[in-house]
Amino acid sequence: MSMNDKEYTRALLEEIRAVKQDFALMEVCGTHTMAIAKSGIRELVPPNLKLLSGPGCPVCVTAQGDIDSVIAMAGNPDITLLTFGDMLRVPGTTTSLAEERSRGADVRVVYSPLDAVQMAADNPGREMVFLGIGFETTAPTVAVSIEEARRRELSNFSVLSLHKVVPPALEVIFSDPDIRVDGLICPGHVSAVIGLEPYEILVQRYKKPCVVTGFDTLDILEGIVMLTRQLRNGEARAEIQYKRVVKKEGNLVARAVLERVFTLADARWRGLGAIPGSGLNINDEYSSYDARVKFQVPDFEDKPIKGCACGEVLTGKITPRECLLFGRACTPVQPIGPCMVSHEGACAAYYRYTPLKGRA
Amino acid sequence: MCLGVPARVLELNDDQTAVVDVQGNQVKVSVVLTPEVEAGQHVLVHAGFAMEIIAAEEALKTMALLEELMEYGEMPSDEHER
Amino acid sequence: MKKTDRILMAHGSGGLMSQNLIDQLFKKAMNNPYLDPMLDGAVLDLPPGRAVMSTDSFVITPLFFPGGDIGKLAVCGTVNDLVACGAEPLYLSNAFIIEEGFPLADLRKIVESMAATADRAGVKLVTGDTKVVEKGSADGLFINTSGIGVIPAGIDYRPNRLMPGDELIVTGPVGDHGLAILAQREGLRFATPAVSDCAPLHLLGRLMQEFGQDVKCMRDPTRGGLATVLNEIAGQANLGIRVIEELIPVSQIVQGACDMLGLDPLYMANEGKMVVFVKKGRGSAVLDVLRRSEEFANAAIIGEVLEQPAGMVLIETGLGAERILGILEGEHVPRIC
Repeated sequence: MSMNDKEYTRALLEEIRAVKQDFALMEVCGTHTMAIAKSGIRELVPPNLKLLSGPGCPVCVTAQGDIDSVIAMAGNPDITLLTFGDMLRVPGTTTSLAEERSRGADVRVVYSPLDAVQMAADNPGREMVFLGIGFETTAPTVAVSIEEARRRELSNFSVLSLHKVVPPALEVIFSDPDIRVDGLICPGHVSAVIGLEPYEILVQRYKKPCVVTGFDTLDILEGIVMLTRQLRNGEARAEIQYKRVVKKEGNLVARAVLERVFTLADARWRGLGAIPGSGLNINDEYSSYDARVKFQVPDFEDKPIKGCACGEVLTGKITPRECLLFGRACTPVQPIGPCMVSHEGACAAYYRYTPLKGRA
Repeated sequence: MCLGVPARVLELNDDQTAVVDVQGNQVKVSVVLTPEVEAGQHVLVHAGFAMEIIAAEEALKTMALLEELMEYGEMPSDEHER
Repeated sequence: MKKTDRILMAHGSGGLMSQNLIDQLFKKAMNNPYLDPMLDGAVLDLPPGRAVMSTDSFVITPLFFPGGDIGKLAVCGTVNDLVACGAEPLYLSNAFIIEEGFPLADLRKIVESMAATADRAGVKLVTGDTKVVEKGSADGLFINTSGIGVIPAGIDYRPNRLMPGDELIVTGPVGDHGLAILAQREGLRFATPAVSDCAPLHLLGRLMQEFGQDVKCMRDPTRGGLATVLNEIAGQANLGIRVIEELIPVSQIVQGACDMLGLDPLYMANEGKMVVFVKKGRGSAVLDVLRRSEEFANAAIIGEVLEQPAGMVLIETGLGAERILGILEGEHVPRIC
C-alpha cells in the first residue's frame, strides 16, 4: 500500500487525537521542545495529553554559581575564553559574558571545540580556555578535542568542564513525587551516543515507557504515538523511534573517548539540585588540559534570582507561561533566567513560537 | 541539546576529516567518531563532527508504524493500492 | 604630486589632493550633467508628481562580499527604499567617510561599483562629499546615500491602504544576503555558495506601476528579515497578516546553512527582495507578470491580510497549526547546544 508523508502525518495525528486518557509525556530535550513549539504539535494534541518540558537544555541546567564562575574566569586578562554562542547572553548574578566582552573581556564564540584547539595552536602565547557545556552529544567532541590538543602538544589549551550526563537527571525526575510523568520522549542525539541501555534500566526501575525520538515533525509524532500505544496497552518498554540514527549500543567510539577523558562526578543542576555521578570531570591523566587545575576558578554559591522559576520549568512542574515573569520582566531581549536565553530553552521556545490562543 | 544536521559525505581526507555537503553548503568535519564512514554515505553533523552514520532510507521506512495504523486509525484499507 | 596608494588625511582637507581624488576617482566614475558643474549642490529637473526622499547609511562589514560590495549596496538600498514608496528613483547623493590608510585601489573598486549599479538602476549620482578621519575613527569606510524619486500619478503605497483579504507576495527566496554576510564575517568554516541578493529593484517598481491602485503597499525586508518587516506593516496598518510557512520561498542552500547554524531564514536580511501587498483577487495576475521576468521567477503569494489579530503576524505551520510570527528579538548569533 502507498501513502505519502502528508497522509501519514495526518493519520498519526488522528491516532494521537483519539487518545482519551490523561497522559503526561516529558520532552527531555530542549531541541524537542523547540521543534514541538515551532511545528505546532503542542496545539494539535488533545488537552488530556500534556507535553512537559524537561531538563535537557545544558545551558539552562547549569547552576547559577557555575555561570558566575565562568563569567569570573572571563575577567582574567591572561585568558581567552572560547564558548558556544549560547552561553554569551545567559545572565549571571550581576552580569553576563556578553556584557563582560563589551567591557573588554576576551570572549569568543566558536562553532566547534576543534576550532578552539586550532586557535590555541595559532596563538601560542595566549591561554585559551574552552567552556565545555553540553550533554553526551557534545562531550565526546570535547573529549576528542582534548586528545587532539595533547597530540599536538599544546600547552596553552584547556577546558573548563561543566558537562553533564542525562540519565541521572531522569532518575531524579522519575523519583520526585511532585512530578507526574507517564513517559519520556528521549533525546535522539544523546541516545545516539549512549544507546538504549540507560533507558532500559530506567524502565525496569520505574516502569514508565521511554521512546528515543528524532527531531523532524514526523519523528516526534511517531514517538508520541509509540508512547501512547504503550501507555494504552499498559506496557513499559524502552524503544527506538529514531532508528536511522540510533543503534541499541550507541556510538562505541564516542563512549570510549568519553571514558578515556572524563570521569563521572557530582554536579549541581538548576532545578534538580546536586545529583551524584551526573557531571563529567576531566581525568587526572589529562589534568594539564583541565582549566580547573591550571587556573583559579572561583567558586560561587547558587544565588537564586528573585522570581525566576527556571528550575520549575526545567522539571516540568510549571509551563513557561505560568512563570510570573514570562513575557513581562523576562523576554529574550532582557532575559532574567537561562531558559529564556538559550536557543534550547523552554521559555524561549514558548515565547518565540506562541499560538494565537495561548498568548499571555 | 542535540542540534544535528544530516549531511552527505563528499570526500574523506587523510587526517580523519571529511568534506560533507549540507544542502549545497560544504563543511569540513572530523570523522573521528565515525571511523567507518565512507564517501556517499549520510552522516549527522554536530559541532564540527560527524556523529553518526545515518542508515539508508530503504532499510528503515519512516512509515514504520503504517501497518499498525490500520488497526488503531480510521483509514479504510481499500482506498489504497498495493 | 606625491603618488600614494592609500587615503591620507590630506585627501579630506578640501585642498589639491581632495580635488584630485574627486576628479580622478569620483567624477571619473560618476560623471553626468548634474554632477559635472561641481556646485555646492545639484540642480535637478524633476518630472511632475510627488517627490520622495530617502536616506540610508551603510556600515556593512566586510566591505566586499559574494554578490556585491558596500558601494553596490549603498545604491541598491536607497533605490529600493524609493521603489518601495512607489517612486521612480532618479537621483542619489553619496557621502563617504573614509578611514586614513584605506587602500585607494579598494576605494576605486567601490566607487566604480556604485557607478555601475547606478547606471543599471537608471539613477544618477549627482552630488557627494568625502571626509577622511584618523586611523581608528571609522571601520574602513562608511557611506551614506540619499535619494530622490518621483511618484507617478495613480500610485499610492501606504500600509493604511491595506484591507482584510489583500494578498501578500514576496518577490523571491529570502535569507540570502544575511547568510552570505554572516558566513563571511564569522569566517565560518564552511564554504557556502550563498551569495547576497543585493540588487536594485527599479524594474519591479515599473512592473508594479502597471497595476496602479491594485498595489497597496511595498517594503523591502532588510535588517530583521521578512518577519520583522511584516510585523512593522501589520502594526502600521493596525491589521493582521497571516503567512503560510510552506509557501515562503527559501533556497535549499540557505535553509541548509540556517539549519546548521540554528538560524531562521525569516529573520535574515535581504537586499534585493520586496514584499508586495495587492488588492484581494489580484494576486495571481501580479504573480504572473512577476514570474515572466527571470529576476522574479521565484516570486510567490505567501499570505493575506486579516482583520484580526490587529498588529500581529501569524504563520501557519506545515501541520496546519497557527502560531505567532514575532519580531526579531535580540541578536541572531550562530549557536550550538
